[in-house]
Amino acid sequence: MALPPHHQLSYFQGEDMRLLIRSLALSIVICFTTVNAQDKQVDFDQDVRPILSNYCFECHGPDQESREADLRFDTQDGLLESGVVRPNRPDNSDLLQRMLSNDPDLQMPPPSKEKRPTAEEIQTIKNWISSGAHWETHWSFTPPKRPALDESPNAAHPIDQLIQIRLAANGLSPSPAADRATLARRLAFDLTGLPPDYSQVAKFVADDSPNAYQRYVDQLLDSPHYGERMAIYWLDVVRFADSNGYHSDEPRKIAPFRDYIIDSFNQDVPYDQMIVEHLAGDLLPNATVRQKVASGFNMLLQTTNEGGAQAKEYLAKYAADRVRNTGTIFLGLTLGCAECHDHKFDPFTTKEFYQFAAFFADIQEQGVGNPPAHPVIEPDDQQKLEEFDAQLAELKGKAKLVSDSLAQQMATWEAALAAEKAAQLTADSGWSIIGPISLDGIDNPLQHAWPAESDPDNADWETKILADGQVHALPETPGVFYLRRTVTASAETPMQVQLGSDDAVKVWVNGKVVHQNDVRRGVAANQDQFSTQLNAGANSILVKIVNYSGGAGFYFQAETGSLPTAIAAILQKPSSDRSEEERQQLAEYHRSQSDEWNSLQTEIESAESQRQQFVDSLPKTLMTVSTQPRTMRILARGNWMDDSGEEVQPAVPSIFQSLNDTAAATDNKLPNRLDLAHWIASNQNPLTARVFVNRLWKLYFGKGLAEPLDDLGAQGTRPIQPELLDWLAIEFMESDWDVRHMVKTIVMSQAYQQTSIRSEQLAKVDPYNRLLARQASYRLDAEMVRDNALAVSGLLVRTIGGESVKPYQPKGYWRHMNFPVREWQADDGDNLYRRGLYTWWQRMFLHPSMLAFDAPSREECTVERARSNTPQQALVLLNDPTYVEAARQFARRVLTEGGDTAEAKLNWAFQMAVARNISSEEQTVLLELLAKHTAEFQSESNSADALLNIGASPVPKDVDKVELATWTSVCRVILNLHETITRR
Amino acid sequence: MNFAEQIQLLRRRTFLGQVGRGVGGVALASMLAESQAADAVRPDGWNGALMQPHFPAKAKRVIFLCMAGGMSHLETFDHKPKLAEMHGQPMPASYTAGQPIAQLQNSELKCFAPQHSFSQCGESGLEIADVFPHLQKQAGELCVVRSMTTNAINHDPAHTFMNTGSLISGRPSMGAWLLYGLGKETTDLPGFVVLTSVGGGQSQPIAARQWHSGFLPSKYQGVQFHSQGDPVLYVRNPAGVDRDRQHDIVNATNQLNQIHGSLVDDPEVATRISQYELAFRMQDSIPALVDLSDETQATLDLYGTPGADGSFASNCLLARRLIERGVRFVQLYHRGWDHHGGVKNGVATTAKLVDQGTAALITDLKNRGLLEDTIVVFTGEFGRTPMAQGSGRDHHIKGFSMFWAGGGFKPGMTYGATDELGYNAVENVLTVHDMHATMLHQLGIDHKKLTVRFQGRDYRLTDVHGNIVNEIVA
Repeated sequence: MALPPHHQLSYFQGEDMRLLIRSLALSIVICFTTVNAQDKQVDFDQDVRPILSNYCFECHGPDQESREADLRFDTQDGLLESGVVRPNRPDNSDLLQRMLSNDPDLQMPPPSKEKRPTAEEIQTIKNWISSGAHWETHWSFTPPKRPALDESPNAAHPIDQLIQIRLAANGLSPSPAADRATLARRLAFDLTGLPPDYSQVAKFVADDSPNAYQRYVDQLLDSPHYGERMAIYWLDVVRFADSNGYHSDEPRKIAPFRDYIIDSFNQDVPYDQMIVEHLAGDLLPNATVRQKVASGFNMLLQTTNEGGAQAKEYLAKYAADRVRNTGTIFLGLTLGCAECHDHKFDPFTTKEFYQFAAFFADIQEQGVGNPPAHPVIEPDDQQKLEEFDAQLAELKGKAKLVSDSLAQQMATWEAALAAEKAAQLTADSGWSIIGPISLDGIDNPLQHAWPAESDPDNADWETKILADGQVHALPETPGVFYLRRTVTASAETPMQVQLGSDDAVKVWVNGKVVHQNDVRRGVAANQDQFSTQLNAGANSILVKIVNYSGGAGFYFQAETGSLPTAIAAILQKPSSDRSEEERQQLAEYHRSQSDEWNSLQTEIESAESQRQQFVDSLPKTLMTVSTQPRTMRILARGNWMDDSGEEVQPAVPSIFQSLNDTAAATDNKLPNRLDLAHWIASNQNPLTARVFVNRLWKLYFGKGLAEPLDDLGAQGTRPIQPELLDWLAIEFMESDWDVRHMVKTIVMSQAYQQTSIRSEQLAKVDPYNRLLARQASYRLDAEMVRDNALAVSGLLVRTIGGESVKPYQPKGYWRHMNFPVREWQADDGDNLYRRGLYTWWQRMFLHPSMLAFDAPSREECTVERARSNTPQQALVLLNDPTYVEAARQFARRVLTEGGDTAEAKLNWAFQMAVARNISSEEQTVLLELLAKHTAEFQSESNSADALLNIGASPVPKDVDKVELATWTSVCRVILNLHETITRR
Repeated sequence: MNFAEQIQLLRRRTFLGQVGRGVGGVALASMLAESQAADAVRPDGWNGALMQPHFPAKAKRVIFLCMAGGMSHLETFDHKPKLAEMHGQPMPASYTAGQPIAQLQNSELKCFAPQHSFSQCGESGLEIADVFPHLQKQAGELCVVRSMTTNAINHDPAHTFMNTGSLISGRPSMGAWLLYGLGKETTDLPGFVVLTSVGGGQSQPIAARQWHSGFLPSKYQGVQFHSQGDPVLYVRNPAGVDRDRQHDIVNATNQLNQIHGSLVDDPEVATRISQYELAFRMQDSIPALVDLSDETQATLDLYGTPGADGSFASNCLLARRLIERGVRFVQLYHRGWDHHGGVKNGVATTAKLVDQGTAALITDLKNRGLLEDTIVVFTGEFGRTPMAQGSGRDHHIKGFSMFWAGGGFKPGMTYGATDELGYNAVENVLTVHDMHATMLHQLGIDHKKLTVRFQGRDYRLTDVHGNIVNEIVA
C-alpha cells in the first residue's frame, strides 16, 4: 500500500534512539514518573480536573438543578471569578480550605457524601493553586495538536519516537521484538481474525529481506478477511443484531448492513464517509443503494412489539437510545447521562440532549411494531428491474395504441348498441308461490322434484306480491317453496340476476337450470349473482327455495340488456351531458370488450407480478426513511408522559463549534441528520478522530491509549500518552480518514512488534503496560475462538457476507422465548462452518458458545468486551459439538498430512494450531495420552464410533477408527490449550 | 486503578500464590486461592471485591422467587373489600387520570372485585388469600410489603428494572453484583444460578439479560440450569468419552498449559488451569446436584414433588440444595402470572403451582438452620389493575405486593398499604431501589458503596436512589 506523500518518513528502520530523544525531549512534557508530590508541576487538565470531577461536580458542576450555592467548578469563571480559587494563595482559596476542614459544617465534600479526597489529591490542588491556578479546557474538547517529531529521512517511526521518549524518561527501554512465528500469528489474528497458514509463517520466518515484514503485513491487509476482522469489532460498536431485542425478540432483516461494513473496510472507504453514510446515507443526494443500506444504522436499536406497549413511551426510548449510542459510538461521550438532568460531569444540558435527539426526529417509525425491511437493489438487480420496466413500458405502449384505436371506434360501437338498448320487457306476470312443502323423508330436497317443479303448468300456484329488490320473509318452517313468474321480452336479451335466499336455492329459466346454491344461511340482498338469457317473447322463471330450519326468505332483482346498469345509464344520456368520469367509464367498458386489449392486460399483469416476485427475492434490510420530523420537546426527568416541556430544534452541544454553515443555514432550513453527520465527520471535531484511533489502538495493543474507550469526557482517564493519541488522530485526518493506512501505520511500529513477555523490571515498574514497553497477550474474541478451531481443522467455510447462519446450538436453549415460541433450526452443509461473525445474533439468547467467550448481546454500544476466563469457556471447548467435530477433522488432517511418526504428527499439529514446534516436554504429555487412548479405543470400538459420529461432516470410510478417535483426543487437547485461544 | 486492573490484580495474586506453592504436573491451582488470599477481616465466606462489610451481615445468600408476568396483589396479599363493593362501577377518574396504562388504553375502566377470599393467618392475623393454603401456614415467617411500586409497565423493561435497577439494558443484575461483591462459597458450582419453571398462564418471554453481568465480566453472570437436556449447557461429556477419558483430556490440557505458563509469565494461564479444574468438577457436581434421588421421601412430600421434574416445587428444592453448597444467589422464575383474562382461575392455578414449593422451601430452610441467613424474596415485576380487563386485570405499577422471609427480615409483619381500591401505594411506599438497598443492607453491603466505574461514572445496583427500610429488618 502506498503512503500519501506527507507520510514518507522512513520510520520502518531501526534508529539510534538516544539521539532522537535528545532532540525531542524538550518539546514534550513528561509527567508519568511519580515525583515528590510537593514539587510536582501540576497540569490542570491531567491532574486537577479529575479530582474536581470526582468530588465536586456532582453539586458544583454542569447540572443546574443540583447545583449548590450557585457555585460551579467546571468552568474557568466558576472557579476563578467566584473567588473559591485565588491563584498563588492556597490559604485564601476556599476550594482547598473546605477540603482540608475538619468542621462537618464546612467540610467539602460534605461528610454525608462519604467521599474524601486523599491527602495526595489535596496536595495536588494545593500545588496547582500555588503555581498560579492555570485553567485549561478539557483535553478532548480541544483540537489535537501534532507533536514535534524528527522527520529526517532516517528517523524512527513516529509512534516509536513518541513512546520511547516516555520510556527513556522512566529509565526503560522497549522490549525486544517477538520472534517471527509469534509475529506471524499475532498479525494474522489482528488483521484478519484468522490463524496464519503455516506455509506463510514458514516463508515469513525464512525471509531475511529487509521488507519481509511489510510484505507479510500487506498480504494480510489485502485479504478480504481484513474487512471481516474489522467488522467483528465494529458490529459490537453499532450494536448489530438479528433480532429486535425487547420482549418477543423477533427476527429482523439486517444482514446487508453487515455486508456493507465488511465491504467498506475492504474497499478502504474513508471513515468520515462511513460516518455520513451510517447516520444519513438516505439523505445524501441521489443516495445509492449502498448508502441506503448504511443508513440502516439508525434502525439497529432495540425495538418492541409487546402488546400493551405505548408507542409514545417507546418513541421516547428510541430517541434516547439514539442520542446515547450515537454519542458513544462516534464521539466517546456519555450524552445519555443528560436525559433526565444536566450532565453531572460534562458540560451538556438536558436541553442539549433533546436538541441532539431532534436530529433523529425525521426517522419514520411506529414506536410499537417491527419496522419494515426494504429490498436491497444492487446495480445488477437494478438492470434487471429496468428490463422488467422496459418490458412493461412496451406492453403499455401497445395497450395505448389499442386504446387509441378503440377510442376512434367508440361512435360506431355506440350506434351498434342502439338496437340492444331497444330490447324491453313488455309484460310481467309477477310472482306466484307454492309452499311450504314438508321435507319429511326427503334426503336431498334441493334435487328432489316435487310436482310444482316437474310439471309446473299443472300445479296449484297462488299469486303473491313480492316486489323486486326487497328482502321478503317466508313462513318460518322447514320446507320447500316454489316461485314462478313469466316475463315477455321484445327481443332476445341477456338478464343479470341478483338473488338472496334462506336457505338453499335453485333457478330455472324456460325449464333449464341456470343457477343453484345448496347453502344454509339467513337471507340478505345480493347473496348470489348470475347471468342468463331471455328469449324474445314469453319466458318462464322458476325459483326453488329449501328452508332447512328456522326462518325462510327470498330476495330477487333482475336487469335485462347486455350492458351493466351503470353503462346502460350512461348510454341513456346524450353524450354532451356525460361527465368526464362517465366518458372514461364508458371507454373502459368499451376496451374491456376487446380481446386484443384483454390479452395485453393479462400480459401486463403477468409482467408486473414477475417484477414483484423478483423484488421479493432480493435481500431485505432495515433502512432509514425520512419523513416530516415529529415534535421534540424536553421531557422533564425523562418522563415521556409530560408534554409541558419546551419544544426544541436540532442543535449540537454548545461546548462545540456549531454546525458548519452548510446548506441548512443558507437555505434557512433547520439542520438535519446529514448536517449532524458532516459535523461529526469533520476535521474540526476534536473528538471523532481521537475516539476512533484510540479504539484502533485497542485492537492492536489490547487496550486504548485513553480509557475507558467509551468516555473521553471529564470522568474518563486522560491518556498517559496524549501526544501519541493526538499524533494518531491528526495522521488519521490528514490521510483523509484512511483506516487501513492507520492500521498499517500502527502495526509497522517497533512498539507493535515487541514481545508480549514482560521482563521482571517491567512487571514491577509498569505492570499494566501503560508506557507500552512491551506488547500484550490476551484471549481471542469469541468469534475468533470459533474461527480458529474451524480453520485449524480445515472445516472453515470462508464465504464472505450474506445472511446470518445457525451452527449447532443446544436443543431447547430458546425455550423461554415467546410470541411466537421458537426452536433453533441448525443449518446444514457449509453454513455450519462459517465464521463466527455470521452466527445468528439473538439478543435475548445469544448463542451460548459466543456468550461464554464474552460476546455482548448488543443491546447497547459495546466498545470494549470483557475478557473473562471462566469454567463455561472450558465446557464449551471441551464439549460443544463444534469443537469436538473440529478436533475430529483436525485429527484427520494430522493423519493424512502430518508425517509418518507420532512425533512428526504432533509437531505438525502444533505448527497448525500455535504456529510453532512442539517441545519434548509437551510431546511426552501427548504421547502418553496417545498410548492410553489407543488402548482404550481398541477395547471399546463403540466409544470410538460414538465420538467420531459427533458433527454433521461425514466420517471417511477409509480410516482406522481407533486411530482417528485417539488422535481426536489429542486434537481436543490442542484446541483447548490456552495458547491456542490466545493472541500473543 | 480501573476496574479491569483490579480484576487483573486479583488474578495475579492467584497466580503468584500458586507459583509460591510450586505447583507442577496435575496438582493444580484452585479457586480457593482467591479466598485464601483474601483479607482476614472479611466475614466468613466473603471472597469477592468487597474487602470488608459496611454493616454487620445478617444474611449470606439470596433465593429470589420471581413471579413473572405480574402477580395480582388483589387476589393474593392485598385484600380490598371496597373494591368488591364497587364491582362493575366506573373506576373513579381521580385514580386513573394521566396514569400509564398498558392494554387497557382507550377502554372504559371499571372496578373489578377481588376474585378470591382471604383469611387472617398466624398470630399477627396477616391476611393472605385462600389460594395460598400452604403459605398461610407460614404467615409467621413472612414480611409482607403491600406498597411496592415500579417504573416500567411492560414485562421486559419491568423485569430489567427489577433485576438491574435500570431501564437501560446492559447493567449488571443483582445476582451479578452480589457475586462480584461477595464472591461465592463453592468451588464446584457457579455462584449465581437461574432456574425457570412453567405453567399457569401465558408464559411471557424471559431474556438472558435478566441474569446478565452487564458491564461486569461475564464470570459474574447467572448460569441457567435446565430441567431438560444438559442441566447446564455443555456440562456433559461428548459421546464416547467417559469421565476417565475426559479427565485425561483436562489433565493433558492443563499440563501443557502449565508448561506454557512457565515460559510466558501470564497470570491468565494459571486462571485458565483453575477454570478447567472447576469445569471438570462441575461436570460431576452438577448432575449430582440436580439428581434429587438422595432426598428423603419426607422432603419430597414436603415440597410436593415426585423428584426432578422441572416444576416450581422441584426447583425450590433445587434452590435449597444450591445454597447449601455455597451458591450466593439463586433466582427462580415462574412464568404463569400474566392474567389479562380469567384472573380468577388463572391465579388459582398458578398459586397452586407455587404455593407448596415456596412454603416448603421456607420450612425446609428453617429446619436446617439456613433461613436466618438466607433471604427468600417473592415478588412479581409489577402488580395488576383494580380495573377489569374482561375477566382479568391489566399490568399495574403504582402499587403491588411482595414478601421476604428469613435473612433478618422481621417475620410475621406487614408493611405499607395501598389505597382502599388497591391502586396507589399510599403508606410507606417502597421502590425497587429501596428493595435492593434493603436486601444489600442485610447482606452487609452499603448499596451506595458497591460501585463499579463504567463510562466514567460509578454505577451501582440502586442507580442514584434507594433507601434502606429499617422498620422491616431486625
